[in-house]
Amino acid sequence: MESIIGHIDKFSRTVGQTFGWSVIILTAGTCFEVFMRYVLNDPTSWAFDMSYMLYGALFMMAGAYTLSRSGHVRGDFIYRKWKPINQAKVDLVLYVIFFFPGILAMVGSGLEYGITSVRQLELSTNSPAGVPVWPLKLIIIAAGVTMLIQGAGEVMRCLVCIKTGNWLPREGDVEELEVMLQKEHGGVHE
Amino acid sequence: MSDPMIALLMLGLFICLIFLGFPIAFTLMAMGIGFGFYAYYDPAELFYQNKIFFLFVQNTFSIMNNDVLISIPLFLFMGYIVERANILDRLFLSLQIGLRNLPGSMAVAALITCALFATATGIVGAVVTLMGLLALPAMLKAGYDQKLSAGVITAGGTLGILIPPSIMLIVYAATAGISVVKLYAAALIPGFVLAGFYLLYVIGRVVANPSLAPKPKEASTYGFIASVLMLLQAFLPLAALILAVLGSILFGLATPSEAAAMGALGGIVLAVAYGAFTWERLRESVFLTARTTAMVCWLFVGSWTFSSVFSYLGGEHVIKDVMLHLAVGTIGFLIITQLIIFILGWPLEWSEIIIIFVPIFLPLLEHFNVDPLFFGILIAINLQTSFLTPPMAMSAYYLKGVAPKSLELWTIFKGCFPFLGMVLITLVLVYVQPKIVTFLPDLLYNQPPEIPQIDPNDETVVNPAFLTGSD
Repeated sequence: MESIIGHIDKFSRTVGQTFGWSVIILTAGTCFEVFMRYVLNDPTSWAFDMSYMLYGALFMMAGAYTLSRSGHVRGDFIYRKWKPINQAKVDLVLYVIFFFPGILAMVGSGLEYGITSVRQLELSTNSPAGVPVWPLKLIIIAAGVTMLIQGAGEVMRCLVCIKTGNWLPREGDVEELEVMLQKEHGGVHE
Repeated sequence: MSDPMIALLMLGLFICLIFLGFPIAFTLMAMGIGFGFYAYYDPAELFYQNKIFFLFVQNTFSIMNNDVLISIPLFLFMGYIVERANILDRLFLSLQIGLRNLPGSMAVAALITCALFATATGIVGAVVTLMGLLALPAMLKAGYDQKLSAGVITAGGTLGILIPPSIMLIVYAATAGISVVKLYAAALIPGFVLAGFYLLYVIGRVVANPSLAPKPKEASTYGFIASVLMLLQAFLPLAALILAVLGSILFGLATPSEAAAMGALGGIVLAVAYGAFTWERLRESVFLTARTTAMVCWLFVGSWTFSSVFSYLGGEHVIKDVMLHLAVGTIGFLIITQLIIFILGWPLEWSEIIIIFVPIFLPLLEHFNVDPLFFGILIAINLQTSFLTPPMAMSAYYLKGVAPKSLELWTIFKGCFPFLGMVLITLVLVYVQPKIVTFLPDLLYNQPPEIPQIDPNDETVVNPAFLTGSD
């Protein structure tokens, strides 16, 4: 089970980090637009569509990566005081009754929404450039599927924790500066 | 059970469920869909035809093409780049030397460093941790009072969520549907007022009781020119970056997302100039940006469906009726809402409060004649406290995590209390004198429109295509 969890984490990380690079394109594209508008007085017709598409794809596809790093915000000031085994039991129940129904609804309704858009080869109405908008709608389905996969991994994590009494460590990735420094200096936070 | 009662049940149940510690985005999503399924239930339809599913996917997509939230990854990216540009130690050192003739110079330098760095990065935890490693040991070694030293770092770092360009204000603007630009203009003066209070407090305390911050024993070896040079190298570039980003937004030269993108580019230039740019750091910044953006925006995905179902069921009306029944008037309404937000700030973080709870109050603003802009600034000031009050005082915990063992958590809290008092004073001041908030937005954006004089006989002012009737 632990190796499956490892593979799932790696999958979500790869997907999330790949889409993460779109922030560089977003930065470069937006700077290019500013340059075109102010220096050459010739604004692009595609910059606005590009920017929200990159942003939308970025955060949706990074959702599972964030989940794999336990990065989605929790109201955890009571939770963190529990024993890991109790945390895992509560998490397990809530994954089954909250997480999976919600994400399944996202995939299901996203399918209908996305397919309608693909059939019409829907274009953006923001500019005459005719930027296709259907790929962004398909992202909803793709993001939902990655979430389902990572969710399965999290459920396995809970099961392992219930069996062994300890959470599997989440290692091998970049951390927030404060988290890294706290660890280095023996901090107690998180 | 009537629909509005169901809505209240939904809200009550949600508040209880928060404390189970499950990621809130998914709790919101599931409860929104669950209660929405009930709200839109139509026995004639098959279960998957329920309108809630379409509403949910539509809401999700509207977060994905939201033109306000685009600036979040860009500002975060700029923040992570600046955070990794080896700026902080130079900044603190140069300010410390530049201000060495002031009473309590190290505390003042620490406060300004925290505020400036937090403004540029918007990441409170990193500032407090870095300063806890850099400035705190230096201050304690110089014989500074523990409470004062801890207080300036925790309170100074927290200013980053109030002084624009702040991510919290973008999130509020997206939630309330108001202009980020106006909100930034509105937040600027209150931010400086609060920072000014902090400064005056530190200097005042030290003047009254010099033993809190003894003067350094050895004479400084830096001459006047050397210290000016250091300030030029360390202080000026970062200040210029912030001013350029903020100025281009306030004067309408660029949209917030454009300014943020230029700011990120500027941050990279700064990092290269300081010899701190590496591909590894760029990768770290990119990946952390992806994670934090996902955290904030998935919270939006959950809460938009949750709050639209809540208001469809009539929950808003119940809350409005209760407030109107209390007959509290505008002052009472503001006090009650700010008190609720203050209390929510103990266990919760700003992102949860703004994205989930603020939408409940927003529809009431019209009834009490409160400008959403003004309300947003009150919340932004108020939320300073959520970083400084136990049990979730993030700033205090971050400092404790890296502070010397001899510094007790309780001492840090005691150091925060006077700063909490000043937050309260600022809130009252802003309420008594709302011009502090509205002055700048009015000055910049509410000038009476110029009506162009058009000569009807001048043929050049009319589109010739229109005259000939063709396209």
